[in-house]
Amino acid sequence: MNWTVMWDSLPRLAAALPLTLQLVTMALAAGAVLAFATALLRLSGNRVAVALTSTYSFVFRGTPLLVQIFLIYYGLSQLEFVRDSFLWPVLSQPMWCAILALALNTGAYTSEILRGAIETVPQGQVEAARACGMSRVRMFRRIVLPVAVRQMLPAYGNEVILMVKASSLASTITMMEITGVARRMIAQTFAVMEIFIVAGILYLLINFIATRLIRHAEWRMTPYLRARA
Amino acid sequence: MLDLLTSGLHGWGPQLLSGTAMTIAVALSSFLLGLAFGAAGAAAKLSDSLVLRGLAELYTTAVRGVPELLVIYLLFFGGSGMIMAVAGIFGYSGYVELNAFSIGVAAVGLISGAYSTEVIRGAVKSVPYGQIEAARACGMGRWRILRRVLVPQTLRFALPGLGNVWQLTLKDTALISVTALAEIMRVAHTAAGSTRQSFLFYSVAALLYLALTTVSTTAFQRAERYASRGVRRA
Repeated sequence: MNWTVMWDSLPRLAAALPLTLQLVTMALAAGAVLAFATALLRLSGNRVAVALTSTYSFVFRGTPLLVQIFLIYYGLSQLEFVRDSFLWPVLSQPMWCAILALALNTGAYTSEILRGAIETVPQGQVEAARACGMSRVRMFRRIVLPVAVRQMLPAYGNEVILMVKASSLASTITMMEITGVARRMIAQTFAVMEIFIVAGILYLLINFIATRLIRHAEWRMTPYLRARA
Repeated sequence: MLDLLTSGLHGWGPQLLSGTAMTIAVALSSFLLGLAFGAAGAAAKLSDSLVLRGLAELYTTAVRGVPELLVIYLLFFGGSGMIMAVAGIFGYSGYVELNAFSIGVAAVGLISGAYSTEVIRGAVKSVPYGQIEAARACGMGRWRILRRVLVPQTLRFALPGLGNVWQLTLKDTALISVTALAEIMRVAHTAAGSTRQSFLFYSVAALLYLALTTVSTTAFQRAERYASRGVRRA
């Protein structure tokens, strides 16, 4: 083990950290909106909406993320009407393609998590809300959603970790985030183990902080479970 | 369908089919290797030894927290060196080169094993302790308890979780395409490059993966039904 190589690789790998974080946060934010819409449509009972959303979640959960990224980055650029459309300035950028693929992917998984959580909201609470005279929208906003979000947090924490790891695939379409930089440095120095360890520790650090944040959110949302002073 | 595959895809049909076979071969081998790692990892996590528990904890935390691609790069660029270092301890000083298949299986198996460890550990713990006490009271030895009481029930409890691990493993094999092993993704990439029909070939790749995941979902559902045939349902 060469400690100087490890020490020297740290600043270069750490410099790639912001890009990884940017990919993850933007994908998670867009994915959350997508998941919310998908879960609502899925539970709406409308036949067309249900068919569309189940197909979306089936396709994106049943194929590897790498296929999705390549299909969006390389595949779409082959189509004439995509290149002529107003979306081209966005879709010709690897950054936006990576975020789009990651967001669509996490959106599919998160919508299933959210749907499961909404379905576990006790019927009694819904009935109680209705008995209080709440409208559907108010009931959803005040009762169903808060309970469901609390319920889904542990599973969502896993999804966040998966997204942090999945952001490494952006390196396959030229994005120089942590894994991309690590790969290039391995090819230059052949200090495989050293660079793997430093890059790995960076990812573990991100995941550690992410888990802590989710756990803190869970703690904030469950004041009734805390021991009373 | 077969006709379309052989002649329709600019002549790339046969390669895509053999790529699919390669994907299945890598996924199966990695999954089995992962089960072996998982069983060992679960045994270590449930053991009394602090060192074994610590090592197993390090394994699952590190592998599940680090991107799969990074693990693949580690073995792809460093695998031969590691094997040679180990061979050196035993007095062998020749050059060892690993082929893409074994590197891929080792990498994906290592990842799959970390997830299997957690699944198997949970399944072992859900076998009621009373049954083990009962088996001991019947005079069964450690191995017989393991074989007759623990393993059969652990398998049943672990099946749904292992189904998820299989799906993960199957999808992770796509990442081995970076090592130039001719599985679905690699063939699609090459075909897309030479015909400039990327949309077509990546769509075909996606469909092939969808077919594989759909078939395996059904297979695991059947296996679950078979494994719980003796269980009373509410």
